[in-house]
Amino acid sequence: MSGPSKYQPTSAVGKWFHERLPIVAFAKDHALDFPTPKNLNYWYTFGGILAVMLVVQIVTGIVLVMHYTPQTDLAFTSVEHIMRDVNYGWMLRYLHMNGASMFFIAVYIHMFRGMYYGSYKAPREVLWMIGVIIYLIMMATAFMGYVLPWGQMSFWGAKVITNLFSAIPFVGDSVTTWLWGGYSVDNPTLNRFFSLHYLLPFVLAGVVILHIWALHVVGNNNPAGVDVKGPGDTVPFHPYYTIKDGFVIVVFFMFYALFVFYGPNYLGDAVNYVPANPLSTPSHIKPEWYYLPFYAILRSIPDKLFGVIAMFSSILILFFLPWLDTSRVRSGRYRPIFKLEFWIFAVVCVALGFIGSKPPEPVYVFWSRILTFYYFAHFIIILPVLGLMETPKPAPNSISDDVLGKSSLMPAE
Amino acid sequence: MVATGAVAAVGGAFVVWPLISQMNPDASVLAMASIEVDLAPIAEGQAIILKWRGNPLIVRHRSKADIDTAKAVKPTDLLDGVARNANVKEGEAATDDNRIVDGKSQYLVMLGVCTHLGCVPEGNKGDFGVVTPNGTTGGWLCPCHGSQYDTAGRVRKGPAPENLPVPPYKYVSDTKILVG
Repeated sequence: MSGPSKYQPTSAVGKWFHERLPIVAFAKDHALDFPTPKNLNYWYTFGGILAVMLVVQIVTGIVLVMHYTPQTDLAFTSVEHIMRDVNYGWMLRYLHMNGASMFFIAVYIHMFRGMYYGSYKAPREVLWMIGVIIYLIMMATAFMGYVLPWGQMSFWGAKVITNLFSAIPFVGDSVTTWLWGGYSVDNPTLNRFFSLHYLLPFVLAGVVILHIWALHVVGNNNPAGVDVKGPGDTVPFHPYYTIKDGFVIVVFFMFYALFVFYGPNYLGDAVNYVPANPLSTPSHIKPEWYYLPFYAILRSIPDKLFGVIAMFSSILILFFLPWLDTSRVRSGRYRPIFKLEFWIFAVVCVALGFIGSKPPEPVYVFWSRILTFYYFAHFIIILPVLGLMETPKPAPNSISDDVLGKSSLMPAE
Repeated sequence: MVATGAVAAVGGAFVVWPLISQMNPDASVLAMASIEVDLAPIAEGQAIILKWRGNPLIVRHRSKADIDTAKAVKPTDLLDGVARNANVKEGEAATDDNRIVDGKSQYLVMLGVCTHLGCVPEGNKGDFGVVTPNGTTGGWLCPCHGSQYDTAGRVRKGPAPENLPVPPYKYVSDTKILVG
């Protein structure tokens, strides 16, 4: 936030309060007056959607806990009790269950938007890395939440994922026993997952505040990828973006409602309506859709330790993205080869997700290896080399020029 | 300053340890650690699955063909050359004799926990059982990621890195074992 606050308390009470806690000024500066590039398109509205989805998940989650029992003999039946007996319980649970999927749809669009427009590049590296932390916490939270209904997929998902830690050399088995609180996934595991599933969303809220703080230090990126050069390039957040974000949130809620009311189990797995049985693994075990690309990467490598390393690396590599992309042009709009390669990468990610949903048959294993190779090559080979070789198209001189459709005759910096 | 910091650090460590240790298996989990299994009702070629320490325990009454197939395997064909049997010396070779107890080759007792990521392998499946006109007998196939085990529960196809573990057990009578 640049410049002194425009907030002037008008009443005596307002003045008295402002001198003791300037929270109204803070809110006005950051939620209403915040100067925002005037060329943001609809891809930039998913941050707002994500904030709203976090609130939806916390509110529906808190009321679900009023009826849920975290005990292995009762967890499954307490969820059925919510579905059948509790007033509007079916709706609250379906909102929470599909809310997780909507959260991930929005976060994936938000992340790919950041990648396309180079939002991770200087000076936004820390903003991007906090975002990756948020994504990791989201994955952990969603995983533990999925275990709570204690269905077959809950149980076996928990077992497979916690067993990933047994791949750690020497201490792996002690670590998994410690995570389980026993010799297998059992009641102590369910209890602690419940505890952490309740905690992590609030941690998430805290990290989201850091994310927004970092955003408000450096300001928004924008589709042209050029810096804000003066007040003429920005508009105040309110009303321009409150209305734009608000409109998109309403449309997104319609999409969300379509699933909640017309296909509440479409994104889930029917096997999870079978109570957990520690003596029998379902024949096709697969994680929720939002983990599938990483599951495919895990299975593409025929070695336990290296499979686990590849899977974790595929996420952690995002932390290094700001330094792996060597191009000095921020927006993919002015990078003809990157633009094409970006969409290939997006298709590769979706294809990995498709393969992750399939059984480990030779043809799928073959393709998962090729796609896994491409996934890593995108980050380690293509982005660093492309940035040095590619001739970018001229970017506009300023955001105002971009809005007016003027492109500079000067080559991009 | 240094003294205060040092005392605070040691005190902090003393407080953190219980917070970490409370997640390890508690006394009630450790208490229910052993079970007795009667082997007499298990017919030849039949396998039962019981729950032991929260995990599936496979007890299979092996046929002569099962045993012969397992004994015929060359050590070089094994992916994991270690017995993984809690009842023999650690690091012993994974011969068929080292996978059982007291020379009772007909009874194979092991955990049904795939050493890859913990799924329960399905019996009488995969490429390493005994092929009979009525289909494969013996051998296990993990439905999760396709690992395969032979008629002695030794891993023959990855991604699983180790043989199915044989838990500590002993014969309390000719046809009764105590596991754990």
